[in-house]
Amino acid sequence: MAAIQFDDVTKRYDDGFEAVKHMDLDITDGEFMILVGPSGCGKSTALRMIAGLEDITDGELRIGDQVVNDRAPKDRDIAMVFQNYALYPHMTVRDNMGFALKMAGEDKGTINQKVEEAARILDLQQHLDRKPANLSGGQRQRVAMGRAIVRSPKAFLMDEPLSNLDAKLRVQMRSEVSRIQQRLGTTTVYVTHDQTEAMTLGDRVAVMRAGILQQVDTPRELYNHPRNLFVAGFIGSPAMNFFTATVENGKVRLPFGEVPVPAGVQAGGDVIAGIRPEDFEDAGFIGSDEGQWHAFDAPIELVESMGSEIYAHFKVEAPAAQSQELAELAADSGMADVPSAGGEEAHAVARLVPESEVQAGAKARLALDTSKLHLFDPSDGTNLAQRRG
Amino acid sequence: MNRRVGGWIAADLLVLVLALFPVLWIVSLSLKTPAQVGDGRLIPSEFSLDNYEGIFDQGVFTDALRNSIGIALISTVIAVTIASLAAYAIARLEFPGKALVLASALAIAMFPPISIVGPLFELWRNIGLFDTWPGLIIPYMTFTLPLAIYTLSAFFREIPWELEQAAQVDGATPFQAFRKVIVPLAAPGVFTTMILVFIFAWNDFVFAVSLTSTSAAQTVPAAMSQFPGASQFQAPTGSIAAAAVVVTVPIIIMVLLFQRRIVAGLTAGAVKG
Repeated sequence: MAAIQFDDVTKRYDDGFEAVKHMDLDITDGEFMILVGPSGCGKSTALRMIAGLEDITDGELRIGDQVVNDRAPKDRDIAMVFQNYALYPHMTVRDNMGFALKMAGEDKGTINQKVEEAARILDLQQHLDRKPANLSGGQRQRVAMGRAIVRSPKAFLMDEPLSNLDAKLRVQMRSEVSRIQQRLGTTTVYVTHDQTEAMTLGDRVAVMRAGILQQVDTPRELYNHPRNLFVAGFIGSPAMNFFTATVENGKVRLPFGEVPVPAGVQAGGDVIAGIRPEDFEDAGFIGSDEGQWHAFDAPIELVESMGSEIYAHFKVEAPAAQSQELAELAADSGMADVPSAGGEEAHAVARLVPESEVQAGAKARLALDTSKLHLFDPSDGTNLAQRRG
Repeated sequence: MNRRVGGWIAADLLVLVLALFPVLWIVSLSLKTPAQVGDGRLIPSEFSLDNYEGIFDQGVFTDALRNSIGIALISTVIAVTIASLAAYAIARLEFPGKALVLASALAIAMFPPISIVGPLFELWRNIGLFDTWPGLIIPYMTFTLPLAIYTLSAFFREIPWELEQAAQVDGATPFQAFRKVIVPLAAPGVFTTMILVFIFAWNDFVFAVSLTSTSAAQTVPAAMSQFPGASQFQAPTGSIAAAAVVVTVPIIIMVLLFQRRIVAGLTAGAVKG
């Protein structure tokens, strides 16, 4: 086990493209660190640099206080789980899992014992003598995990290990990964584009965009105090709603009324306001602390009932918020092609209690928790709130 | 439906007869006595193994057989080893001049062997390679390498790169990753290529007859053309037929032996399918 440190690490390809720019990241011993971001943000490149599968152009990478920039993958004592598992098809599960130990020159007895132990943890005992071709997707995934854990390496690197599984199995394996990591306490770096995985698995989450680290924080901090528009829009599902707004005389003028500027915010002029869907509520169901709520009428366009909650989509009479970050997020999620996104009118989603009786096509009285309002600088996307602590 | 199937069966039979009848005729010739050779009958009136005994009694044929086996096997091993390293580089690495390497390899494969036989003959005599094993192994390798590189790089490209990376992370050196992961997976390709190279070297006549002169290096096709008859007025038809049958056997054995290895799908299960 060991800490992993990126010290001003840059990856530049021969054609001049910089996949990772001046990355500084301290991953402490035993930590479960998630690298998350849209495709092409450099998260996989960063992971592959730890593994030694990509050269480092500039900066220093340390594993357990040793600079490993010029070390071959085999000399770094790390284990990696690949997105497509990369199991050796000509070997049995046992040989797959024992391959690294065999390369390290361990004797047969030790290898067998360690493989059996890993197989017990992963519930693979009855499959040890089968070939990967005869296993199901979930079993192959477990073999890939097993190949990593038999070695007791300094760190686990996982490159979207669950993305090839179907939805149900993914949820199951997600808790499995978490359980194994807690049990072994090995430093883990986990790359994903799935923000649910990022939020549920990690001790800390590093959000990346275009090769630059945006924010490194605990999932809760990331969700409640996003440092900029990009992090705010990326974390959370359904995504945060964004509106154009102006700040004047301590008031924020939103498309649906004026509310006080939240505490600790220094702002003036045009801003972008961000409101999470759950910070809206049906005005008939808000709690007693009336002071924080601002009620308004919203023309409901669509109601999605999830059983445990209701998503109400409504129209806002104001131009949609525009920024480079938001355009990028839309492009990543494929929303750029959907006609309702962007354009002259803003659309918003509110998450309401299931008892709410809002109707599509009718006006509904909604309320907004003004204390949860996020304000961003439209020019560079930074959050205008002073960070606590 | 039945009509179509019937048509196909008829066509298949025609092809089989066209391909196999000459073989049958050679076998028949090899079993005839010299007096029967010209009788034009498929089934000899009298079976005789004299031709086979004859060729194995002559030192010429056994020497040639030894040369053929040795030269073909050595050419195959060296060519496939070099080709697999080259093909691996071509499949995995981006390097300047990659297209040129492939293009020149292809150009060499297209080159008619007969056009370089003359210069080679002179050259080999000057540097002492004439009538030696290396004198034949070198041109065989030259002409089979391009094809071997092409076939093998196609196979290597099919193998996901992650497998090697996984092996490297697992503690293998690049060469260990190549030998323990890539080569076993490319085995069908390796065997296919081996058979192609072996058959080229085994069947070659042009180089063999031009670049050898004695039993030191003469291969079977060259030796057969120089079989003596029983007398100077008699063509050695029976002996040539027997020798032809004998040299066909190793090829048939090779193909039957490796046929089961030449199956795709060995990579199934490596990645999510």
